Amino acid sequence: MLLIRCPYCAVERPEVEFAYAGEAHIARPQDPSALSDEQWKDHLFIRSNPRGTHFERWRHIHGCGRFFNAVRDTVSDKFAMTYKAGLPRPSEAEIGKARS
Amino acid sequence: MSTHRISAKGRVDHGKPVRFTFNGQRFEGRKGDTLASALLANGVHLIGRSFKYHRPRGILSSGSEEPNALVGVSRGVGRSEPNTRATVLEVFEGLSTVSQNHWPSLKRDVGAINDAFYMLFSAGFYYKTFMWPKSFWNKVYEPFIRGAAGLGKSPSLPDPDTYASRYAHCDVLVVGSGPAGLAAALEAGRSGAKVILVDEQAELGGSLLSEPDTGIDGQPAWQWLKAASDELAALKNVTVLTRTTAMGYYHENFLGLCQRLTDHLDTLPEGAPRERMWRVRAKQVVLAQGSIEKPLVFDGNDRPGVMLAGAARTYLNRYGVKVGNRAVVVTSHDSAWLAAIDLAEVGVKVAAIVDIRSSVSDHLVRLARAHGIEVLTGWTATGTRGRLRVSAVRVNPVGTNGKAGRARVIACDTVLMCGGWTPSVHLFSHTKGKLDWDEERQMFLPGAPTEETRCAGAGNGTFGLAGALREGAAAGAEAAADAGFKAKASDYRVEGDFECTGISVRELPTDRNPSSAKAFVDFQNDVTAKDIRLAVREGFLSIEHIKRYTTTGMATDQGKTSNINGLAIASDAVKRPAPAVGLTTFRPPYTPTTFGAFAGYNRGSLFEVTRKTAIDGWAEENGAVFEPVSLWRRAWYFPRPGETMHQAVARECRATRQSLGMFDASTLGKIEIVGPDAAEFMNRMYTNAWSKLAPGRLRYGLLLGEDGFIRDDGVIGRLSADRFHVTTTSGGAARVLAMMEDYLQTEWPDLKVWLTSTTEQWAVIALNGPNARKLIEPFVEGIDLSDAALPHMSVAEGRICGVPTRLFRVSFTGELGFEINVPSRYGRAVWETLYEAGRQYDITPYGTETMHVLRAEKGYIVVGQDTDGTLTPDDAGLGWAIGKAKPDFVGKRSLTRSDMLSPGRKQLVGLLTRDPATVLEEGAQIVDDPSQALPMKMIGHVTSSYWSEALGRSIALAVIEGGRARQGQTIHVPMPGKAHAAEITGTVFLDPENKRLNA
Ligand SMILES: [Zn+2]
Repeated sequence: MLLIRCPYCAVERPEVEFAYAGEAHIARPQDPSALSDEQWKDHLFIRSNPRGTHFERWRHIHGCGRFFNAVRDTVSDKFAMTYKAGLPRPSEAEIGKARS
Repeated sequence: MSTHRISAKGRVDHGKPVRFTFNGQRFEGRKGDTLASALLANGVHLIGRSFKYHRPRGILSSGSEEPNALVGVSRGVGRSEPNTRATVLEVFEGLSTVSQNHWPSLKRDVGAINDAFYMLFSAGFYYKTFMWPKSFWNKVYEPFIRGAAGLGKSPSLPDPDTYASRYAHCDVLVVGSGPAGLAAALEAGRSGAKVILVDEQAELGGSLLSEPDTGIDGQPAWQWLKAASDELAALKNVTVLTRTTAMGYYHENFLGLCQRLTDHLDTLPEGAPRERMWRVRAKQVVLAQGSIEKPLVFDGNDRPGVMLAGAARTYLNRYGVKVGNRAVVVTSHDSAWLAAIDLAEVGVKVAAIVDIRSSVSDHLVRLARAHGIEVLTGWTATGTRGRLRVSAVRVNPVGTNGKAGRARVIACDTVLMCGGWTPSVHLFSHTKGKLDWDEERQMFLPGAPTEETRCAGAGNGTFGLAGALREGAAAGAEAAADAGFKAKASDYRVEGDFECTGISVRELPTDRNPSSAKAFVDFQNDVTAKDIRLAVREGFLSIEHIKRYTTTGMATDQGKTSNINGLAIASDAVKRPAPAVGLTTFRPPYTPTTFGAFAGYNRGSLFEVTRKTAIDGWAEENGAVFEPVSLWRRAWYFPRPGETMHQAVARECRATRQSLGMFDASTLGKIEIVGPDAAEFMNRMYTNAWSKLAPGRLRYGLLLGEDGFIRDDGVIGRLSADRFHVTTTSGGAARVLAMMEDYLQTEWPDLKVWLTSTTEQWAVIALNGPNARKLIEPFVEGIDLSDAALPHMSVAEGRICGVPTRLFRVSFTGELGFEINVPSRYGRAVWETLYEAGRQYDITPYGTETMHVLRAEKGYIVVGQDTDGTLTPDDAGLGWAIGKAKPDFVGKRSLTRSDMLSPGRKQLVGLLTRDPATVLEEGAQIVDDPSQALPMKMIGHVTSSYWSEALGRSIALAVIEGGRARQGQTIHVPMPGKAHAAEITGTVFLDPENKRLNA
């Protein structure tokens, strides 16, 4: 069972307190009606599904209830870091630093 | 009488006889025996029949890796367990066991005929043999396979035992209590770290229990073991768990430990749990799992009496049992020589040591000869004889060309084999730790770890007592240091430790046709060397494919004794190095684990919470029949004595439409949406327009996913400019709140809105029928109930029966209706007051079934029943609920994708069967022409179907391709027996003008 650090509670807690919530940094378009069918399809359904570093959302559902973002390795399953919703995607250097 | 017991040997209590039965026959063992050691003490080797060929099988090993000796154990009503390994089952007074996989008896088994049809059952036989003719599958092949295959008999009664679970944290968790694990636990324990030491066996010691003739720090091994155990027991910071299997090693040093608490006891203590699952999070882990002996692969290596040499040594030294009277040792490794010498010393005639190696240490050869053992180095074994027990072994010299020469047959009652030792890397492998291939020693070793873990001893490829102690002490000290404690590894002085070496071989060389040899690799799944080579010839090159095709390593033992032999043979056949062919991945559990241990306390009523409303108790006292709706239990209908469900529901429907019905709607999901931006938030979430909804009014709200499909619906009240009382479906409340939170927190964090679940805060009493208003009028304060002041679809706050209420004028039945929300703690009191007062109107409590009939008569949909996640608002006939002027809401963009507008979409319609008495089956498929050829073209399905008491006939809702344009047309619904004709209609069957709402 993974340990996950909630950036709002600032504590590490077991995975059972959390719920996965899909890929991160996919903002809902400001004006969906301006998008073509193709663009809307990409927004709705197309995800990166990488082998390795993945930016994803989690929710501390049995804790503070907040959604937050995380960087996780899809091969080892392990978290490199978590950060509050709305913050920019961390750089390679920041992720590397968090891993070491 | 125990013919093979050696009273001077072993750790069993020779003064405490234990009586047990095997296949009905009575035997005597000793306290401390396993079933295997106790049977061997009585000269019994034949334990069961094999899985595929029903070959007689004996005891191969002395530990949890045992593939052969599986028995059924029963201990009173409900307490039966199949496939228990005789090698780990501790005997107790009255133990009753049976062998498996045989008919009519273990000694005369009809299924053994499979053995004669060997060719039929070769690799991939499931895929090949039973393919033709097709018509044979149901009647011939499948019953045959089901009858012949399968291990043991599964229990048929509920498990009467209880199972416990416990969480724990520690600094250092040590798995395995052989010399390496003991040394590690001692160092970590002495440092003050919180230590858990776990071992699957009944007592600590591991290999020390089998090899007592060594000395540690000047003490005999068992004396040192006693001192070490006592020291650990005295350390307050150390928890020692025996009979406990570390069954799984999960992320971030989280391990599952299954502790067996009562199986070994003579009498079961009242109320005690049978097993306890520990879920442990450790800062540091030391894996000292030891190693598992490899069998040799030669013709007839599965005959009862053929066993691992190390096992024979364990039976002798630990249990005081000699496994035979005349043994032949066949080996490629020094350790079997030590076993032979131990056996010879207690008077077992060891006829010969047959070693495939041409040169063996002089020391061992001298020792063997001194014990009168014939030494045959550079020899091979090419077959065994005997029916239910080995009676002789055929051996041949191997020439310099590698070919087997002229055979010799040596009579014996036991063949002890050893093909070397495989480090146990299972738990390390659970963590996805990389395994490194040691080409010279032909073994996988733990490589770079992914967790805070260290491996020590034989499990790390460090064989021998001195190495195990040294590595264990170092690992324990380092683990404690990494957990923040001061620790230093002790030095151990070891005497009498012989460092064994050996070689790894594939199938032993033979002078016979290898294709007729039954040289087993996987004993439990009956896979031979020939099967693996055949799989490679047929094109399977990766071990993962070979494994699935031949089933090698796929039995309940996960191939503990067979994986490396299988891999070596596959690698030779593929002509690629072993790592390129690949080791199969080990997965939890390490050994078979009971479902009870996993479930723990979460069974019966504790398996899942049952949510009950404030009025549930009244429903129960008044004879309600309940049905589960998501986690809720809801009153389904209220039968009077002698009534069928149909009669009760018809009566409840009549009473509601004619006078007054009463319904507990408390399970409705409720969310309070509050804040200056509440209306804006509602506009963005729901399809409807909310800005202009006046406080005090209700509106039907429709919620879509971003994909445009209906997710939920409910009636929503605006209490004030900044406050909405949202209701959701009973099962959808948590989902809807999570979805709202997601948008609010991550897409629109600028909106000033707060969401609160209030489902459990309000009890909801729905009153429907022409007399609804008359009933509540005398009880309501502060609310004008007139049509003018409180019209249909409005809400007011006031008091009822003296308690606060949010009173909704709303109807899910088409009748004049109210939904009375009161704080939950008053729910039952208000219900009872209204019920008593309602007797003058013949008030009738009704359940969910009547609610469904009444709503269906009006064409009101139930999300999740009439919709299935592929219906748009327009498909469901709810296009009117879309706020056309709104620029955006969740799901809006998807509604104009081309597929969403295509003409052939399934649309919600009504159905009236040609025969008014026929009630269609919900879920039944709909076709245009019932006489068309199979497979028919299905154009939709029935979503809701009931007997309508008001209409005196059946009604149904359905989704049908382009259905709305087909009103008046006839479709057909094939059901068992016949296809029923029905006419497509609108969805409102009763009172289309809604006159009754204001009756
Ligand atoms: Zn939190």
